[in-house]
Amino acid sequence: MQSGVWYPRWYWPSFTITGIVWLTVLFVLPAYVVLSVAFGAVDFEHFGQPVPYYAPWWWSFSTFNETLTQFYQGSAIYQAPLIRTFVYVSSASVICLVLGYAVAYFTARCTSKNKGLILVLLVAPLWISYLMRIYAWQGLLDAGGPLNVVLDPFGFGDTDFLSGLHITVILGLVYGYIPFMILPLYASLDRIQESLLEAGRDLGANGRQTFWRVTFPLSRPAILTGIVIVTLPMFGDYYTNDLLGSSKTSMFGNLISAQREFTGGSTRMASLVLILSVIVMVPMMYYLRETRRAAERGA
Amino acid sequence: MSVALETRVEATQAEGYFGNPWRRPRILQAITAGYLLWSLLPVVVAVIYSFNAGRSRIVWQGFSLRWWTDDPTDSILHDPAMRSAMTQTYKLAILTVLIAVPIGTLFAIGIDRWHGRPARGANFTMLLSFVVPEIILGVSLYILFTNLISIPLGTPAQLLGLTTFQLSYPVVIVRARLLTIGPEYEEAAMDLGAAPGQAIRRILLPLIAPAVMASVALVFADVVDDFVTVQALQAGASSETLAIKIYSASRASPTPEINAAATVMLVTTLLVVAGGLLIYRRFNRGQTVAGASDFMQI
Repeated sequence: MQSGVWYPRWYWPSFTITGIVWLTVLFVLPAYVVLSVAFGAVDFEHFGQPVPYYAPWWWSFSTFNETLTQFYQGSAIYQAPLIRTFVYVSSASVICLVLGYAVAYFTARCTSKNKGLILVLLVAPLWISYLMRIYAWQGLLDAGGPLNVVLDPFGFGDTDFLSGLHITVILGLVYGYIPFMILPLYASLDRIQESLLEAGRDLGANGRQTFWRVTFPLSRPAILTGIVIVTLPMFGDYYTNDLLGSSKTSMFGNLISAQREFTGGSTRMASLVLILSVIVMVPMMYYLRETRRAAERGA
Repeated sequence: MSVALETRVEATQAEGYFGNPWRRPRILQAITAGYLLWSLLPVVVAVIYSFNAGRSRIVWQGFSLRWWTDDPTDSILHDPAMRSAMTQTYKLAILTVLIAVPIGTLFAIGIDRWHGRPARGANFTMLLSFVVPEIILGVSLYILFTNLISIPLGTPAQLLGLTTFQLSYPVVIVRARLLTIGPEYEEAAMDLGAAPGQAIRRILLPLIAPAVMASVALVFADVVDDFVTVQALQAGASSETLAIKIYSASRASPTPEINAAATVMLVTTLLVVAGGLLIYRRFNRGQTVAGASDFMQI
């Protein structure tokens, strides 16, 4: 602060100390323990309990390697879920983007007096439990349920939507995460000034050209943010598949949650969490960089 | 000949609609309306079926309060497992708010004024905890508590985990508010003779109160809805929350009792968030749009 008041050097840092200690012990330290378990040993005499190696110079990669080989060697039981995860996450994000863009664009350009109501309805799903929303779909999709009845004329009367269909899980992911896509898109599209669009038209562009050469480029950062915000939780998702799919549609998150059933699952879980962290590192870092840039622009 | 003419007339009419910059965006309107229906109707249906008289959640068998109050064992009012889940849910929500919001608010104030490399590192770590997929955090804490630090799974572990995950919400909300306020009010107070501590208590805290209230509402609602962290750190039936009940029942054969439990969650979170928004608006007259967008940023 630039006022005439002098603050001791420790004054403002002292406000943050509880938060820093909290994060160090319960956010940074757990990450380190995960490394120590993943690069530690396994006690086979005690149900495969992990034996963490806390000193990095003792780290051995045999346990971790064993997990890694499951992705490409032998029966490669982890390979299919990994590939599925990438396919599901990318198709679900593309659908989220296309549908979400249309909705956000309409809402941002909407001048009706109902705009407030539309906004409330767009935000509402964020405050409805994710599990409840997916549970609601489970009921609708159940064998003999409403969707079978409604879609009977189209030949889906006997389809078991919950038997492990790719499309069910993908649409479930879209349903679950699309509100997170719409909000940043709306915020960005709403900020685009009408005068810019008018300028585009005055310069001779038609509606489509104005969109592709003015609106779309201006919303590009929001598109990337939106994609990151929806893909991050999708990569760790296991409950959508647990409710709407089967083992035929299991994802990476299911590999992790399945380890809970075993007494010695901790070691495998640590290795898998480590792999997942590496996968989401790029989108996460992108998001953090963008947030910092936005803050710098604001300041 | 006349066919060709007709096609041309139709073509120009179509072009007339699409070429008109002031046309009503009927297609987008239809997509938006369809989206809203698609996104909310299933939830409405689930709420309605909590009043079903039968055991099914997909075949309507008449209205009753069986699953809410009437059934002596299987209604959410009387089912001991459901009552314990409700207690656990709200206990965790209240305790998390009580811990996370003060720590987060103080962190936001400090990090707003403290510059330098360590401050940037702390801020980065905080934001990282904001975006990291919940399963990574939940499982890491599970591994921490079962290996290095012995924290009993169940309520203590869940509380620590939820607070860690929620800590960043008040930080982000309060910081956004601090950026819009700027340092001028405090400086004026100190020019008028207030000590730094007084300026914080009497000027800054009232100014950020709406953001703090918003954080309280959002953290509470988020904990009630939380599933991943709570499940990763639970220990048996006594630490199950409503979300876990929905999850485990949905994998067996759910009755409308689960719909009723989900409805309870829905009503509490929506009421709390709406209440938070109203308080926010009361404090920020004339800034409702900014307030709403603050809420939406999260």
